[in-house]
Amino acid sequence: MCLAIPMRVTSVEGDPNDFTTNQIATVDADGIGRQIRLDIVDHWPAVGDYVIIHAGFAIHSLVEEEALKNIALLRELAENTPDELLS
Amino acid sequence: MKYLDEYRDSALAKPLVEELRRAVTKPLRVMEICGSHTMAIFRNGIRSILPDGMELVSGPGCPVCVTSASHMDAFIGMADRPGVRVAIFGDLFRVPGSHGSLSEASSRGAKVEIVYSPMDALDLAVNNPDELVVFLGVGFETTTPGIAATILAAKNKNIKNFVVFSTHKTIPAPMEALLSDPALQIDGLLCPGHVSSIIGAGAWEPLAQKYHLACVVGGFETADLLKSLILLARQIGNNDIKVENVYPRAVSWEGNLRAAKMVAEIFEPADMDWRGLGRIPLSGLKIREKYADFDAEIRLDITLPEAQEPKGCLCGNILKGMNTPRECPLFSSRCTPSNPIGPCMVSSEGTCAAYHKYGQDE
Ligand code: SF4
Repeated sequence: MCLAIPMRVTSVEGDPNDFTTNQIATVDADGIGRQIRLDIVDHWPAVGDYVIIHAGFAIHSLVEEEALKNIALLRELAENTPDELLS
Repeated sequence: MKYLDEYRDSALAKPLVEELRRAVTKPLRVMEICGSHTMAIFRNGIRSILPDGMELVSGPGCPVCVTSASHMDAFIGMADRPGVRVAIFGDLFRVPGSHGSLSEASSRGAKVEIVYSPMDALDLAVNNPDELVVFLGVGFETTTPGIAATILAAKNKNIKNFVVFSTHKTIPAPMEALLSDPALQIDGLLCPGHVSSIIGAGAWEPLAQKYHLACVVGGFETADLLKSLILLARQIGNNDIKVENVYPRAVSWEGNLRAAKMVAEIFEPADMDWRGLGRIPLSGLKIREKYADFDAEIRLDITLPEAQEPKGCLCGNILKGMNTPRECPLFSSRCTPSNPIGPCMVSSEGTCAAYHKYGQDE
């Protein structure tokens, strides 16, 4: 049930503090725009941010920098392993 | 999509595998709680590279699998009522109750619709004004907030033919019930990524302290999984027990407060029945009285029927980490994904389904 792929937000609608507005974002899924709900996202995203989606709802938003920092940490862990173990 | 390629980069995984070998310095047993982790571990071949001494057991984190047989029977009973259309997540369709499944109900004429999102179920209610649309609420912390938001949307839009049957469950509660059983020797927990996205990595702290359990919140890609296992092995090896979060791209320490607020608006804690684990106090969520108009149990006046567990099925013990699927005499013989006897074989996150799909050549 869990889709772990962060998707890039291309547009945002609605008022984060008013649940009677349609809280919706469009995300870019392989070049196809898809609408997702923002009712329960932790931080209201801006265009260009990424969101993680579960059952049609964004549950977490992150800026690109955050995601890149995460990759750097994983690389670091990999690089700190002695070379002789790499064969 | 750029991120994903980075995480799947095998050049990255290889040194991590070596590092895992070095990190395991004594025998250890780790439970992966979440069904999505069980699947990801198999899919990425992690089981085949586990160092000697490291054992992985699957836990109760498959929402369909822990849905009790009496809830399944109630779901099917509702689908059979005239004027009712039930909307479900697809995994539920073929789960057997005491007498048949929703799939069988559907072939005898019951209206059963598979939806991707609870909001799609609300659309069904709008498009079928003469019917009562019942959404079967099955899921953990990750799923419940969206269902809460859907109920709020139904109220705001004044949609009166939409109700939810809430069997929502919370994950730390059954862990407490499992861990207090001394028969289950567990040294560490691979904590679920997306449940933690909602409840926060910090939510695991009480379990880590009370049961002296290494806890690591991890993601679902190869590198995520390997890094989580390395940290678990290091914590246990060095006796340096704590909660670590290696999935910060989805999980914060304090969790998703907007989602928590949405859930608290609609739901309140309640005792809940779990398959295999029985009734666990305050391990579930029911709809608050203020939203009783959206509560299927009240609108349809439901009492839970006595149910029979499928004969010979070990699902209950598998959910507790007490048995593995191969210890079930029906596994892959009489019980297969195309002809499932228990829910652990039906769900795409079920442990039996994972072993059947990926575990053949182990
Ligand atoms: S293999 Fe089938 S019958 Fe056996 S425990 Fe799993 S689901 Fe139940």
